[in-house]
Amino acid sequence: MPEEQYQRLQQRHAEDVRALWDLLDAIKDPEIPALSIWDLGILRDVQRNGDQVTVTITPTYSGCPAMDNITTDVIQLLHDNGYSDATVKLSLSPAWSSEWMSPEGRKKLREYGIAPPEDAGLDDDGLTPDAHAACPHCASRHTRRISEFGSTACKALFQCDDCGEPFDYFKKI
Amino acid sequence: MSDQIKQATQEYATRLGDDSVVLGHRISEWVSYGPFLEEDIAYGNVALDYIGRARMFYTYAAELADDGRDEDDFAYMRNDREYRNLLLMELPKGDFAYSQVRQLFADVYYTLMLPELLQSKDETLSAIAAKAIKETKYHLRRSRDWVLRLGDGTEESHQRAQKAVDQLWGYTHELFDMDETEQLLADAGIGVDVAGLRDRWLEMVSAILTEATLTVPEDSWAVRGGRIGYHTENLGHMLTEMQIVHRSHPGCKW
Repeated sequence: MPEEQYQRLQQRHAEDVRALWDLLDAIKDPEIPALSIWDLGILRDVQRNGDQVTVTITPTYSGCPAMDNITTDVIQLLHDNGYSDATVKLSLSPAWSSEWMSPEGRKKLREYGIAPPEDAGLDDDGLTPDAHAACPHCASRHTRRISEFGSTACKALFQCDDCGEPFDYFKKI
Repeated sequence: MSDQIKQATQEYATRLGDDSVVLGHRISEWVSYGPFLEEDIAYGNVALDYIGRARMFYTYAAELADDGRDEDDFAYMRNDREYRNLLLMELPKGDFAYSQVRQLFADVYYTLMLPELLQSKDETLSAIAAKAIKETKYHLRRSRDWVLRLGDGTEESHQRAQKAVDQLWGYTHELFDMDETEQLLADAGIGVDVAGLRDRWLEMVSAILTEATLTVPEDSWAVRGGRIGYHTENLGHMLTEMQIVHRSHPGCKW
């Protein structure tokens, strides 16, 4: 298990806030509803001080429009569960990394039809390669990049030359 | 943080926010006009990266100003003379070649400027740079590819790309100007000494233009003034469009 994911799990299993982490699994990314904010690595920290709860989230990309929705959803959920004094903090540093995505998240992403970051990796420039991302539909590597930018900034668009399906690839950053 | 540094940092964050929101808005004007669907989507994504960057800079500027204003007040409630963006960012989108050449100039600039900002002693500025660096890599690859394709393309695309280079060149000098505020922050290890980036910028841009069979212009003219609020007439028109909804419905939520 990569270091980043080990540390996230350690954080999640701290006794006093464990139930809150579990509760927050209900918050999904509005752009990719198959994944929770935990799965995506957007959920960074949960702190509890008596009745006061502070949840820290981080955007995948600077302009991620989902942050406002997620903030509202988190506050509503906590409120509905008796935590009326909840705040959501937006943290920019350290910058979000696709390494933070949970193993279940990667699996769910593939099942949802989006190739997870490790299914293509990086080219020599440290960017999305122009071919060979594994197709989430038929697993073929016989694919090519159609566009650097997919339906959202965190994804690129590929097409499979075997099954013919276009698909989104979640960029590795 | 001393009051002087705090005030300078607020001004600096506002400037960087202005650069981002103005360029982001210009790029967004391509949405639904892109030459093909994927390119249209790419424009939308790049615009969003810049607008996101502006939000982060403005939020920080508002925090430092601590006068009750928020990010929206910075973006929507200031007039053109209060904007401090570089003039290059506000020029109209022009044709496709014009927008891509402008983008190349900006992307190379940020490729050099952001790693310096990452070293800032100011944690928030450094954190914003850390996010933006990753995005700029993608922006540069795209604008570079397009400039190569247009410059080394058909006679028509070459001619348009060269015209864009010639028309924009005089606006690039301002990117490397330092004034008292920026010098103060550079000396304090907070801001970037952009004057020192010009040689590397010229080297990178010249290499790309040459590969694209385009001619690097002579430095025969320069326009300046964005950082003191002297803008081209274009900014006022752009802000009118950008701010109209917010100003017509103050405090409206949806």
